[in-house]
Amino acid sequence: MSKKAESTLKNMLLSLTCIALVASLSLALVNNMTKGPIEEVNKKKVAEAVAKVLPPFQEYTVDTVEVQMPKGPASMARFTAVDAEGNVVGKAVQSFDDNGFGGRLTAMVGFDVDGNITGYEILQSSETPGLGAKADQWFQKEGKGNVIGMNPADGMTVKKDGGNVDAITGSTITSRAFCRLVSTAYSAVSGDSGAEQ
Amino acid sequence: MKAKDIIKNGLIKENPTWVLILGMCPTLATTTSAINGLCMGLATTFVLMMSNIVISLLKSVVPDKVRIPCFIVVIATFVTIVQMVMQGFIPDLYASLGLFIPLIVVNCIVLGRAEAFASKNNVWHSFLDGLFMGLGFTWALTLLGIVREALGAGSFFGVNFIGGADGMLLFILAPGGFICLGLLMALINRIRKA
Repeated sequence: MSKKAESTLKNMLLSLTCIALVASLSLALVNNMTKGPIEEVNKKKVAEAVAKVLPPFQEYTVDTVEVQMPKGPASMARFTAVDAEGNVVGKAVQSFDDNGFGGRLTAMVGFDVDGNITGYEILQSSETPGLGAKADQWFQKEGKGNVIGMNPADGMTVKKDGGNVDAITGSTITSRAFCRLVSTAYSAVSGDSGAEQ
Repeated sequence: MKAKDIIKNGLIKENPTWVLILGMCPTLATTTSAINGLCMGLATTFVLMMSNIVISLLKSVVPDKVRIPCFIVVIATFVTIVQMVMQGFIPDLYASLGLFIPLIVVNCIVLGRAEAFASKNNVWHSFLDGLFMGLGFTWALTLLGIVREALGAGSFFGVNFIGGADGMLLFILAPGGFICLGLLMALINRIRKA
């Protein structure tokens, strides 16, 4: 090996500063390039989820609602869908619950005008693969714990807690989180100020 | 050192997973399916290759006492680039691997090769070392993913081959990861030494 820069204070400061500068410059460039596509992707994901959980509609509008969570108020995005004549066909809420087995569970939940569940789509979960992660299928119409068509006004709890929702086998904690998430979403569309516990 | 030796080292003789036993956290966490293992391996390969090149270029201007922070900044930059590009252009993959991508920064393989190889060798050799260490990591992860997915979910790269039957869930979960990794490691080292 030839010469090697000595570890003097000046050399150390200089080299670290230069490297950090070049690194942040290149990151800024890449960020600039990918910012657009990332936003597009996220928007598309939300739009797809809304389309999936609600009956057919013409277009939707977005607003945010305050809901009461155990840890205090939180805001959630609410999507109001209307048909070609401008009649509301349903509302979807991007709801979450922080007490899933692996932390936060986020899902889009759709309701018709009477507050019956029309569909849901898990957007983000850290549940156990093969157990809690089954939540994306389990509560669907073809799933074993079908919640489609239920009205959360009648209460949304798992059978173990005296409710009427079949919990995922071996994943009661995930199922409870899902029920709370749906109740919170319901409170956001029905104008109720708090999630039932 | 000859290029051929570097290639052989990365793929077999000093394979990061089976022989050096480095980077076990992403190895166990991302190999729940073959495609996840493959993609994680390729992402790591890219970071390893680029960071090896840059660190080899910088080796004479970086003073010894601050080399580790310098290496980490370089590695973290490439990892962040991978993460942003993946998020923007292959969102489905990002959804399943997103959590583990930032962890490439602290993957011992990357820092290990920077410290043990790139900071002592020329750019061409460092590039080769990064590429083939990465590919060694990739094939190890893919193999582990194939075995775990076949036993745990009954599918091969997402194509189901056991019909409606349930797989052995154990192999998708963490304990199955350890069991498969241990048995495969024993098998491969037996073959390697034969």
